[in-house]
Amino acid sequence: MAKIIAGIGSSHVPAIGAALDNGKTEEPYWKRVFSGFEKSKEWMAKTKPDVAIVVYNDHASAFSVEMIPTFALGCAAEFPPADEGWGPRPVPVVKGHPALAAHIAQSVILDEFDLTIVNKMEVDHGLTVPMNLLFGQPKDAWPCPVIPLAVNVVMYPPPTGHRCYMLGKALRRAVESYPEDLKVVIFGTGGLSHQISGPRAGLINSKWDKSFLDNLSKDPKKLTRIPHLEYMREAGAEGIEMVMWLIMRGALDDKVDEVYRFYTVPASNTAVGHIILENARKASGTRKVAGKSKRGSAGKSRQAAARKSIHRIASKGKR
Amino acid sequence: MARTQQDYDDIPGTFVFDAERSREGFGINMFCMSLMKDDNRKAFKANEAEYLKKFRLTPEQTEAVLKRDYNRMLELGGNIYFTAKLGATDGHSFQHLAAVMTGASQQDYAAMMLGGGRSVEGNRSRSGKDKSAAKAKAGAKSASKAASASKAKSKASSKSKSKSKSKPKSKSSAKRK
Repeated sequence: MAKIIAGIGSSHVPAIGAALDNGKTEEPYWKRVFSGFEKSKEWMAKTKPDVAIVVYNDHASAFSVEMIPTFALGCAAEFPPADEGWGPRPVPVVKGHPALAAHIAQSVILDEFDLTIVNKMEVDHGLTVPMNLLFGQPKDAWPCPVIPLAVNVVMYPPPTGHRCYMLGKALRRAVESYPEDLKVVIFGTGGLSHQISGPRAGLINSKWDKSFLDNLSKDPKKLTRIPHLEYMREAGAEGIEMVMWLIMRGALDDKVDEVYRFYTVPASNTAVGHIILENARKASGTRKVAGKSKRGSAGKSRQAAARKSIHRIASKGKR
Repeated sequence: MARTQQDYDDIPGTFVFDAERSREGFGINMFCMSLMKDDNRKAFKANEAEYLKKFRLTPEQTEAVLKRDYNRMLELGGNIYFTAKLGATDGHSFQHLAAVMTGASQQDYAAMMLGGGRSVEGNRSRSGKDKSAAKAKAGAKSASKAASASKAKSKASSKSKSKSKSKPKSKSSAKRK
């Protein structure tokens, strides 16, 4: 049986890709960002997933305004990097997993999520930047096949956080009904707070971001109730793409181990957030500590943080 | 013809690219998309007004594009991921465009980002600016909460506590500590 073993949340800022492609990773500005992913790469190298499902959004690369699918699942054998105006990123072609993807499509649609099936698609920085951050910069091939899941967060309204969370659960059921033994990881990408359009561009809300990350770990259901208006008001017009992280979270156990977190401001116009969540090996382990007041403990980030030995890199704590 | 008012129109300095703008701005966005091809970039640069005719923009949209009025393009249905392609065609970095939209110099804008970005304080609401923002926010929040309140009343109150937005500051910060 295939199994989703972990979820990764990561920003997908295009400038991070440009910094990688142009050899700027050692510049202090960028080193601050990339250093936060060193442990993540080690974790990924140890985890060695057989397949990665990457939830991301297209940025006027594969989809223009001619067609705007809410959820589009990549079922192709491969996905070439898109030319986003500066030539395609110099990263390997992303190989798909058509058999598992087809199985997921069939399972999830019968589970009442009406996915769009995509059999030919180029992928942009939304997908390839998080891949670089977790897999490094392989020359010839990525270490595992990838199933892209493109979500519309460009045209309002994106799917609700709750809908995304429930899709995550459907994805999990789909993966777990696949007969082959496969270790699967799922990426939720985008965010965190940022606004890149209009006179309010440049908005960052670190306090809100931290609360989002805390709840993502401990009380994701609380996040599923956040209305779109709140995302846009608090985390910026483009910050609404954080709903994609809830697909990743929905695909995991209710109780997870937060094994790593990183946050820094800024990369270009955006707050960079990153988290790794593993399904708890023993389901009962963490329960006891949280037992008394679930809501209370989830709301108090410091207390929650102290509960476990989490590797945290407090980089440039803002406000 | 007037735009339908939406709750998110209350967010200052923000043009949400919704279904209505998507419809209205189809031509602008398809024009921007065409700039992904080098031949089209050259044709546009050779005669901008002529090239734009292919996309059936309104006179206001045409003017906004020709003047590179990025905020106006957004207001008239352009989307930032698309209009950024026009910026790139002009040889501008994204941060240059962001600075232009905010009315700041690129240097000042970059400095603001390095300093942690634009604060959300005082930038949440058009209707209740600055001092009264908290109040207006509380109103908006309780309205949105009313919907979920039926689910779990106690949860609603813990939500506002942990997010510390809708309640008066002194109260929520006291709770936090």
